Amino acid sequence: MNNNKVSLEKKLKSHFGDLVTSIVSQNGELTCEVTPEHWQQVCQQLRDDAQFSFEQLVDLCGIDYLGFGEAEWQTDGVSSTGFSRGIKSKGPGRFSWEERETELMERRFAVVIHLLSIEHNVRLRVKCYAPDTGILAVPTLIDVWSGADWFEREAFDLFGIIFIGHPDLRRILTDYGFVGHPFRKDFPLIGNVEVRYDEEKGRVVYEPVSIEPRVTIPKTIRKDARYAQNQEQLEGDS
Amino acid sequence: MSEIKNYTINFGPQHPAAHGVLRLILEMDGEVIVHADPHVGLLHRGTEKLAESKPFNHSIGYMDRLDYVSMMCNEHGYVKSIEKLLNIEAPIRAQYIRTMFDEITRILNHLMWIGTHGLDLGAMTLFLYAFREREYLMDCYEAVSGARMHATYYRPGGVYRDLPDYMPKHAESKWTKGKNLKEVNSWREGSLLDFIEHFTDYFPDRIAEYNTLLTDNRIWKQRTVGIGVVSPERALQLGFTGPMLRGSGVEWDLRKKQTYAAYDKVDFDIPVGVNGDCYDRYLVRMEEMVQSNNIIKQCVKWLKENPGPVMLDDYKVAPPSRDTMKNDMESLIHHFKLFTEGYTVPKGEVYSAVEAPKGEFGVYLVADDSNKPFRMKIRAPGFAHLSAMNEMVKGSMLADVVSVIGTMDIVFGEIDR
Repeated sequence: MNNNKVSLEKKLKSHFGDLVTSIVSQNGELTCEVTPEHWQQVCQQLRDDAQFSFEQLVDLCGIDYLGFGEAEWQTDGVSSTGFSRGIKSKGPGRFSWEERETELMERRFAVVIHLLSIEHNVRLRVKCYAPDTGILAVPTLIDVWSGADWFEREAFDLFGIIFIGHPDLRRILTDYGFVGHPFRKDFPLIGNVEVRYDEEKGRVVYEPVSIEPRVTIPKTIRKDARYAQNQEQLEGDS
Repeated sequence: MSEIKNYTINFGPQHPAAHGVLRLILEMDGEVIVHADPHVGLLHRGTEKLAESKPFNHSIGYMDRLDYVSMMCNEHGYVKSIEKLLNIEAPIRAQYIRTMFDEITRILNHLMWIGTHGLDLGAMTLFLYAFREREYLMDCYEAVSGARMHATYYRPGGVYRDLPDYMPKHAESKWTKGKNLKEVNSWREGSLLDFIEHFTDYFPDRIAEYNTLLTDNRIWKQRTVGIGVVSPERALQLGFTGPMLRGSGVEWDLRKKQTYAAYDKVDFDIPVGVNGDCYDRYLVRMEEMVQSNNIIKQCVKWLKENPGPVMLDDYKVAPPSRDTMKNDMESLIHHFKLFTEGYTVPKGEVYSAVEAPKGEFGVYLVADDSNKPFRMKIRAPGFAHLSAMNEMVKGSMLADVVSVIGTMDIVFGEIDR
C-alpha cells in the first residue's frame, strides 16, 4: 500500500504538472492542492483516468484557517509581582459578535475533499483554497460525484462557501432562517440567539444570548521534542 | 372533471417510522412519489465546533452521542485518528479488546436495525426478540465502562481499563428469586469474557429464529424485494459505504481492505448482495451478525490466553497509575498536566476511517501543535446515505418510503452531528 502511494505521487506529478500546485505526503497520506480554476477539471480526471480512478468522494468539508497555530496562553507578561491569566487571542467562545475579526486573510477558507479509489485501494486528499475577496466561491463537484450534493450544502451552510453551479444550494443543518455561518472561527461558540417559549405571546421567541462566553482550558501550543524530528522531516519533504 | 394536481405531504419530524427527527417533504402524484426532500439538522449540536474548543480527550464522550446505537465504533474512529497524528500504537491486547467491542457494537446496531426495520414493515415480534438480545450486550458495555450506552471506553493509546474479572449479578427481587434468580445469574458466575462466550454460543440460534420469522416471509419479501434498487455504479457515485454498498454487490470492507486493530488476525468473510434492493441489504446485515459473532469468539479465545497491558506506557498521553502517582513526583506532574491541559498533538492533518456498522465512519483532524483540535470533521455514513433519499424513492409508492428509510439504517445523531 505504501508503494501505491509513492507511485501515486509520481503519477500525479507527471499527469497534472502545474495544475496541481503542491503535493505533500504526511502520516502516510497524500494531500494535493488545486486552484479553483482547475478544480473541476482535475477532479474529473481523477475520477475518469484509469491510473487514478477515484470512483468515490468520501467526504467534502470546509476549513477556516483563521487563528491557525495561535495559542491563547501567553506567559510573556509573567513578573515577580503578578501573573495574569494571560489569555489573548480570539479563540472560539472568547468574544462577542461585535468584536469579531473582519479583516480579510488570504488562504483563509479551504475546501477539502477525500477521495477513495476502490480499484487501487488508495486515498487522496485534495484541497482548494477559496479566494477570500468578499464572496467565497468554488465550482461545484456535483457533476463529477453525485454524492457531493449534501456535502457542499453543508460546507455552504457552515462556512458560507458558495459552490458555483450547484442546483440546490440551501442551508442544511442549521435552523430555518438562521443568520451567519456557525463553523467560521469568528462565529462565537455560544451563538448569537437563544430561543424560549414566551407565555404572553404564546409562541417561541428569539432573543440575544444571555450566557457569558467561558472557556476553562486555554489553547496551549507546545512544541514537543519528540515530534521535532518528524517536523524536520516534514519540512524537508515540502 | 377537475384537474388532479400533485400535492405535498409532510412526513415527520415526529413520526414513528422516521427513525428520529427526519422531516420529509414528499411531492406526491396520487400514491406515487415525484420528489422527496429530506430536511435534516433538527438534532444539530455542532459537535465539531464543540470539539475545537476542548482538549482532545474531552471529545471522546461526544463520539458516543453521534451514532448512538454504535457507540464504540465512533470512539474508535476518533481515537484512531489521534493515534495516527501522534504516531503511537495501542498494545496488542487493547487492539483485540477494540476488535471485540467493535463487533459487539455491530451486533448491537444490527439488532436495533432489524428490530425497528421489522416494526416499520409490520413484524412486531422481531422487535421484542432483538431488544432481548441487546440487553446482554449492553450488560457487557456496562461491565467494562459503567455505562450501558455512552461508554467513553477507548483512549488514544489503548482502552481505559482491562476487562473485569467478574460480572455484576442480578439482585433478588419480588419477581426473580430462588430458582429463577439462579437461572438469570447462571452466565454471570465467571468473568466478562465467560459471559461473552456464553452469548456467542447462544446467539447463532437466535439469528436462526430471526431468519425463520423473516427471510422466507411472504409479506416481508413483498415489502423489500425490488424496493430501493441501487446499481453498484450509482452506489459508488452517491458515496455509499458499508452494507449499503455491499448490498449492491461491491465487495468493499475497510476491515479487510484497509485493515486496523486486530482485524488482520481474525478470520471472517464479507457478505455481498446481488440485486442492490432492500432485501439484499437485509441479507447482508443478517450475515454480518453471524460473522461478527465468529470474530467475537476468536477474540475471546485470544484474550483469555494472553493477558497484558491495555494502555500505552507513555505518560504524555496515558495517565500514570494511582499507585505511582502517589509515590512519584514526576508521575504526579504528568497526571496534573494531562488532566488539566491535556496533551499537545503535532501539526498536521489526518483522515482515519473505521468500518462502523452503518458504513465508513471517518474523522478528519487538523492539528496545530496545540492541545485542542484545530478542525475536526466527522464523516458520517448516514449523511451520504440519506442524501440519496430522493433518488431511491422517486417513482415508488408512499409505503416504500418506510422500507427505504429502514434499509438505510439512519440515526440522526450522526447525520446532524
